[in-house]
Amino acid sequence: MNKVVNNRAWWLVLPVFAMVLFNALLPLMTVVNYSLQETFGNNEFFWSGAIWFEQLLHDDQFHASLLRQIIFTSIVLVIQIPLGLAIALCMPRSGPWVSVCLVLLALPLLVPWNVVGSMWNIMALPDIGLLGKAINSLGIPYNYTRQPISAWFTVVLMDVWHWTSLVVLLCYAGLVAIPDAYYQAAKVDGAKPWAVFRYIQLPKLKHVLTIAILLRFMDSFMIYTEVIVLTGGGPGSTTKFLSIDLVQKALGGFDLGPAAAFSIVYFLIILLVSWLFYTLMMRDEAK
Amino acid sequence: MALELIDIAKRVGSETHIHPTSLVLPEGSFNVLLGTTLAGKTTLMQIMAGIQKPTSGTIRFRGKDVTGLAVQQRNVSMVYQQFINYPNFSVYDNIASPLKVAGMDTAEIERRVMAAAELLRLKPMLKRKPSELSGGQQQRTAIARAIVKDSDLILLDEPLANLDYKLREELRDELPKLFAGRNAIVVYATTEPSEALLFGGNTATLHEGRITQFGPTSSTYRLPKDLLTAQVFSDPPINTTRVEKRGDKLHVFGSKVWPAGQVGSGLPDGVYTLGIRPHHVTPLPTDVTTGEIEGRVLVTELSGSESVIHLDVAGDTWVSQSHGIHPFEVGSHATLHVDVDRGLFFSPSSGERVS
Repeated sequence: MNKVVNNRAWWLVLPVFAMVLFNALLPLMTVVNYSLQETFGNNEFFWSGAIWFEQLLHDDQFHASLLRQIIFTSIVLVIQIPLGLAIALCMPRSGPWVSVCLVLLALPLLVPWNVVGSMWNIMALPDIGLLGKAINSLGIPYNYTRQPISAWFTVVLMDVWHWTSLVVLLCYAGLVAIPDAYYQAAKVDGAKPWAVFRYIQLPKLKHVLTIAILLRFMDSFMIYTEVIVLTGGGPGSTTKFLSIDLVQKALGGFDLGPAAAFSIVYFLIILLVSWLFYTLMMRDEAK
Repeated sequence: MALELIDIAKRVGSETHIHPTSLVLPEGSFNVLLGTTLAGKTTLMQIMAGIQKPTSGTIRFRGKDVTGLAVQQRNVSMVYQQFINYPNFSVYDNIASPLKVAGMDTAEIERRVMAAAELLRLKPMLKRKPSELSGGQQQRTAIARAIVKDSDLILLDEPLANLDYKLREELRDELPKLFAGRNAIVVYATTEPSEALLFGGNTATLHEGRITQFGPTSSTYRLPKDLLTAQVFSDPPINTTRVEKRGDKLHVFGSKVWPAGQVGSGLPDGVYTLGIRPHHVTPLPTDVTTGEIEGRVLVTELSGSESVIHLDVAGDTWVSQSHGIHPFEVGSHATLHVDVDRGLFFSPSSGERVS
């Protein structure tokens, strides 16, 4: 073999290195820097070791918002994944209605996040909003600015409205990719619709569902804009999720050190859960 | 005692997929549906199986009308071009699946699955998932699923098309043995004339939704009813040319004159379409060749022991297929020799064979 060593090729990847450096590594290192030091401005820094991390891990407020975050993400996943799959299964596979369905489904995904928040904010107003007024007129007391349950209900409903479409689109793409012959073969075998779903569609959708769950986990775990516009984390701090807590610490309190430690822990949680989930789902494939 | 299609037609919207067709497939027979892509092979098979309903016509099985009967109630099995297996079942469970649906007891299922696995040489991989198998093994699993339940009708829709050459040859040799001795009617769809010749049995040639001929494979090949059948059942494509028969001579291309030969002499004088299969056109004269054609060499394909030469003869392309290596330079002028006695004469107006 004639292998020519040519180090000039490194120049070709240099732009990517530079991009990653500025986009990811430098900001991350800045945050790491802050998390290990104490500063009072004037560009003066004092080494503080792991104090901020220890403080954070014993911080009740952090525990509370982490718990809220986990509950919120769990609810959202439990609703959106089955619902998205169900809608995708009901959609037509061919014909003029396909594009109508796809456009209607894609609409919520195109709305800017702060607009989603404002829309639901107005819609859920108990006295004049379509949704708020309707619920109240059914005799159910509903006020998302005062009652925690109403607030949670609205936030979850808003997220379901905004993001279920993504799950539907992913599942639909996966379903359409299953060759027709599979359904015919199942028919020839005399398989019931439930068996077709369980033994053909579900296994074939495994990868797509893995991606859908991952995306929805990461996104819902980092939710900020819609909630801050809708409830601002209230009433009280009942809808104060991790990102809202973080922003309040970093900007409101200007506690750069603790906020930086918070960011790193936040980042590690998402990274760890995603990695665990992906590894578990793909374990069979590796064998 | 057979599967009978009586005046079956299929229209979808304004398109006709199958023109009115009648076909009788005897019990225990091996039948090949031969035709190009979109000729209607799959549609016809799906109608036979009951997956699609014909727009008009009747299907009888063993004398009973089964036209409206759904596929589940017909004891049919099918193998597709794609390798269709349950993705998260082991090979064993895949083969067993039709028996389980039928509610057979475990001991009988095991006996049958083992027998099918033995036949298709799948025994060492019964525990594996389809994704851990080669394409050939995946298709073997699908075929095992099709034969395990003693179907009355086994439909194979281009089952070897997605396999690579070697696996295709291997499975092609085994297939007829698998079905021998079964009472099932086997229907095998393919685009390749050579496969039909290899399997024997009966062949139905399909062209644009019409069955042009159905009968024992060798006679369909040797004595096609019309030009379309000859064209469908010839690879490389059959050479055709307009000839005028006068006395004991054939006037070809306006200039060449061939002897009319054994077949042609018996025909009345007039204009015919003469069909000559590529392997009756040879680069060297032999003791059976009586005619000649001249033209410019367009393409030469030399495989291990065979030469295929495409010749441009006054605007028509003639193809010669012969044993041995016959190198011709592309663009050069060449003379090929034609075995006129093996020619097929068709009426130029109706396309029917007259000789």
